Amino acid sequence: MSKVLILAEHNGNAINQSTAKVLAAAKQLNPEAIDVMLFTGNTGLATQIAGHEGVNQVFCVACEDNHDQLAASIAPTLADKGKEYTHVWGPSTTFGKDVMPRVAALLGVNQVSDVMEIIDAHTFKRPIYAGNAIITVNTDTAQIVATVRTASFSADKTTGGSASVEESTLNTAANHTSFVKLSSGDSDRPDLQTADKVISGGRGVGSEENFAIVYQLADKIGAATGASRAAVDAGYVPNDMQVGQTGKIIAPDLYMCFGISGAIQHLTGIKDAGTIVAINKDGDAPIFEVADVGLVGDLFKIIPEMMEKL
Amino acid sequence: MKILVAIKRVVDYNVRVQVKPDGSGVATDGVKMSINPFDEIAIEEALRIKEQGKADEVVVVTIGTNDSQQQLRTAMAMGADRAILVESDVAVQPLQAAQVLLKVIEQESPGLVITGKQAIDDDNNQTPQMLATLWNRPQATFASKIEFVDGGLQVTREVDAGLETIQVELPAVVSTDLRLNEPRFVKLPDIMKAKRKPLDVKAIGELAPDLQGKAIEVTQHEAPQPRQKGIMVETVDELIEILKDKGLVS
Ligand SMILES: Cc1cc2nc3c(=O)[nH]c(=O)nc-3n(C[C@H](O)[C@H](O)[C@H](O)COP(=O)(O)OP(=O)(O)OC[C@H]3O[C@@H](n4cnc5c(N)ncnc54)[C@H](O)[C@@H]3O)c2cc1C
Ligand SMILES: Nc1ncnc2c1ncn2[C@@H]1O[C@H](COP(=O)(O)O)[C@@H](O)[C@H]1O
Repeated sequence: MSKVLILAEHNGNAINQSTAKVLAAAKQLNPEAIDVMLFTGNTGLATQIAGHEGVNQVFCVACEDNHDQLAASIAPTLADKGKEYTHVWGPSTTFGKDVMPRVAALLGVNQVSDVMEIIDAHTFKRPIYAGNAIITVNTDTAQIVATVRTASFSADKTTGGSASVEESTLNTAANHTSFVKLSSGDSDRPDLQTADKVISGGRGVGSEENFAIVYQLADKIGAATGASRAAVDAGYVPNDMQVGQTGKIIAPDLYMCFGISGAIQHLTGIKDAGTIVAINKDGDAPIFEVADVGLVGDLFKIIPEMMEKL
Repeated sequence: MKILVAIKRVVDYNVRVQVKPDGSGVATDGVKMSINPFDEIAIEEALRIKEQGKADEVVVVTIGTNDSQQQLRTAMAMGADRAILVESDVAVQPLQAAQVLLKVIEQESPGLVITGKQAIDDDNNQTPQMLATLWNRPQATFASKIEFVDGGLQVTREVDAGLETIQVELPAVVSTDLRLNEPRFVKLPDIMKAKRKPLDVKAIGELAPDLQGKAIEVTQHEAPQPRQKGIMVETVDELIEILKDKGLVS
């Protein structure tokens, strides 16, 4: 029988939804037990995890906030605990991607990156070549270390759990690495990775100023905002808005994009979206091959018209 | 200081790869091969550091088949001083790649190792983190800016929440994100010059005879589920009606 240890992710104030997604994936293993490890300065967060049904125990490792999220500091503690488990899993977010391979190396195994489907406790599907191919992988090492592709699983929303919380203090902090700062493009809009609706813009939007209309439309319908890499590179928007192979992989119910051509690296970030709507002035743009609804036209005419009619 | 850059030969990012009909792999015959785009950025960054006088040698290394010599030559045409091919006929997985790279580090004693954040064939995103772990040195992954400061490097990292800055002591492993720099174009005379630069070939079995850890077995390749073909509308009114029908806007 499987025993799963999950690495929780948080931002200091709340548990990140990626944790509930990894939990949902772990439950599909039908394990004997699921425990969660949390590294935080805000130990109160442990109760947010303990409330999920099916979690046995939360190991809450207290450490200086933010500092605690450094891969080199937390991986040894996670790997050491992980020896008692068959599966040690984390989210396929930048946090999980930074930490989990270190855990795998400490446990002497290769990692299964971006698990998108669980066949059985040893067999998984994952994307390669930016999602152009899906492989089935099999591994039978003592511990299976994996990251879970969050867009492939819906967050576990169960309540009423009563996991016990065991507190300890981090004693593996690295002294060769230190946290300096985090700068976030703070906005009141919904979070891109968890939003039901996302409106995004690409190079076709043309400038930072022009992005204002994309934001207005997003605010009108309560959507998060995203962008293509070209729009980020051109400095129209901050990097945390990038959707795609090297940005965020998202699965909103509605993804509406303006002035994005539909490069494969962008599409890989949205292929699990419910409805994809594309607006592009070029009728031959590849985005129309994947869009559920396409409209050929100038975004600078279409967005104002939508603002008026919605 | 010496900088070691790890690169991988991969299918060019412009190629739309196809799964072979029998599911045994993806078709790579006659397909254009290139340096993994993130690794090209790693080479560029190393060269810029050297050009600023903060490093005196840039060494590129790859683990791969003999054909990988092409990508090593391209790296030297960009400006790398010499290259090492650790020849292996079978593809190595990240944990094994990290062990081999560690052997190279032991021989070369670099002050900094720069890699790509992920190889765009297997999209694993593991090797640099594993290498830093086995080497017992700091890692700074997904770098979009590298600055030398007293006591090491300050690295700005592209994370989901925005941009994170961390400070690491040297030697360290840095993995590159796309916005770190824009790699230079290779000029013809440099290609000629690169032919005369040293390229050392070592057999993987000799350099690293005692690789640890099991490989993950790949049992099947399949094409991704295609999305249902959508529809085109002519007007904003039609679009809004569809969105309303689906309950996506009110
Ligand atoms: C290794 C690697 C990783 C990458 N990762 C990512 C990634 O994660 N995410 C990502 O997005 N890209 C990524 N890219 C880049 C990707 O290949 C494309 O270059 C990028 O997605 C293009 O962005 P775009 O569609 O905004 O720009 P373009 O391709 O330039 O398209 C702009 C579009 O806007 C349309 N347009 C212009 N004006 C208007 C108007 N007034 N009204 C309507 N339409 C208009 C044009 O017809 C055109 O189709 C990656 C590339 C590499 C090599
Ligand atoms: N076979 C290899 N030879 C040299 N470097 C490699 C190899 N495989 C991976 N790397 C390096 O590790 C990075 C991440 O690769 P991966 O973990 O496979 O996604 C790459 O961008 C390279 O810099």
